[in-house]
Amino acid sequence: MKQRAFVLHPADNVATALDDLATGPVALFGEGGLSEVQCREPVRFGYKIALTDLVPGALVIKNNVAIAEAFLEIRKGEMVHLHNIRSRFDERSGSLDHETGAPTEDFYR
Amino acid sequence: MGTAIHYPTWQGYLRNDGRKGIRNLVLVIYTVECASFVANAIAQGEEDVHVVGFPGCYDNAYAIRVMLALARHPNVGAVLAVGLGCEYTQPHRIAEVVRQSGRIAESFFIQDNGGTNSSILKGKAIVQGLKAAISHTPRVEMGLADLVIGSECGGSDATSGLAGNPVVGRMYDYLIDAGGTAVFEEAVELIGLKETLMQRGRDHAVSALLGETYEKATQYCKDVRQWSAAPGNFAGGLSTIEEKSLGAYAKSGSRPIEGVIRVSEQPPGKGLWLLDSVPDPHFMQFGYTNPNDSEGIIDLISTGAQIVVFITGRGSVIGSPVAPLIKVTGNSRTFEKMAGDMDFNAGHVLDGTKNLDESARDLLSLIIEIASGKPSKPEALGHREFFIPYKYQHTPSLSAGCRA
Repeated sequence: MKQRAFVLHPADNVATALDDLATGPVALFGEGGLSEVQCREPVRFGYKIALTDLVPGALVIKNNVAIAEAFLEIRKGEMVHLHNIRSRFDERSGSLDHETGAPTEDFYR
Repeated sequence: MGTAIHYPTWQGYLRNDGRKGIRNLVLVIYTVECASFVANAIAQGEEDVHVVGFPGCYDNAYAIRVMLALARHPNVGAVLAVGLGCEYTQPHRIAEVVRQSGRIAESFFIQDNGGTNSSILKGKAIVQGLKAAISHTPRVEMGLADLVIGSECGGSDATSGLAGNPVVGRMYDYLIDAGGTAVFEEAVELIGLKETLMQRGRDHAVSALLGETYEKATQYCKDVRQWSAAPGNFAGGLSTIEEKSLGAYAKSGSRPIEGVIRVSEQPPGKGLWLLDSVPDPHFMQFGYTNPNDSEGIIDLISTGAQIVVFITGRGSVIGSPVAPLIKVTGNSRTFEKMAGDMDFNAGHVLDGTKNLDESARDLLSLIIEIASGKPSKPEALGHREFFIPYKYQHTPSLSAGCRA
């Protein structure tokens, strides 16, 4: 069975991985216009994959709501997370480890 | 879906104040940290005896209101309040208010009694008497229309917004259509959703109040410089508090929001209510954004919720005192890994084996079973975490705004 991702709303520019995605075609379920997207890199279960190219400053749309803004160029099919998007409210989350979410302030000395 | 669905009823407990509970508990309350060891020892090994308390020596109006709301909760039949003897919060005042609700209550100070061992013995003797007395609590038929169900999410990941919370939201729609009451909270996890939230208001006045609640929550997060998202959320695929909020909001379902209530206020009517647990502006800055999940759960229970549904993605092991916690996950991997702690797998919605409606109805059936007496997984494990902090909220007196 093909690997899957889920789109909540037709206006969304990201889909959420329902499997651990490997590079290659991904079947899209839900409400979007696309039925498939080419995944360019591994995307873990629960993480997001871009459905269009995004420029720095572009809003990331999920369920028709702006959930973040891009701060790097993102290509269609790439993973979308802390390494290329940021909150428009929360500054601290920009400093967290991109893989684990762990804080990077040095309290432990 | 509609009012034509026939749901099973079950036997509840009828309190003297007219409210119906799904458990019949003795609650031991300690009024300062110094009394917590004795309070816990009194309850140790006793079935259906729970403990809550406040650690501070200086009293706090908010914390006292929470303790009084828990003491007069529909699931609670009797109360023992235990203090050390030098603190501000007065155990005998708590007992007095509880008696006015038609419940039996006792209180004593450890310092009057002579220390640890004699206080534990005294407390255990009192509790035996209270348990015997409430064993005669009349039973009464209960249905969904008698339930207030709270909901909280914690340890969220990307499945929370795709399955866990939406299933609870759809369950709420069924509950409300059946005449029940639903309370959701976590205003600090509605970030970026002000318009969406306001559109759910029953009328213009409620919409305006929802807008104010949103602004207060957002301002508080800015002031304390911490937003309600933790490392596990990010590791679970959520990239921002806005994305987490999208998922959290889904647990409110689709019915209109009737209004906003504060901690320890009882919903003035049926339907869906937002609980605002964010501190009000004050000369002291209290707490931290959503300090932990147990605080939110206790806040929900303080509104009279006989059951709280808890949605997790990463996996949570906590329970709660006074009202059973029902553990739901939208992540099938978590459900398998933590099978001993999880009550319900909403992840079937993601693998396509069930749709949202089916899953919501299954959850409602489980809720009815647990209301009828079957222990939830956290309940069976003995988890009874709680957290009552110092806080300030401007709330009318309990006698002015309470159904009890």
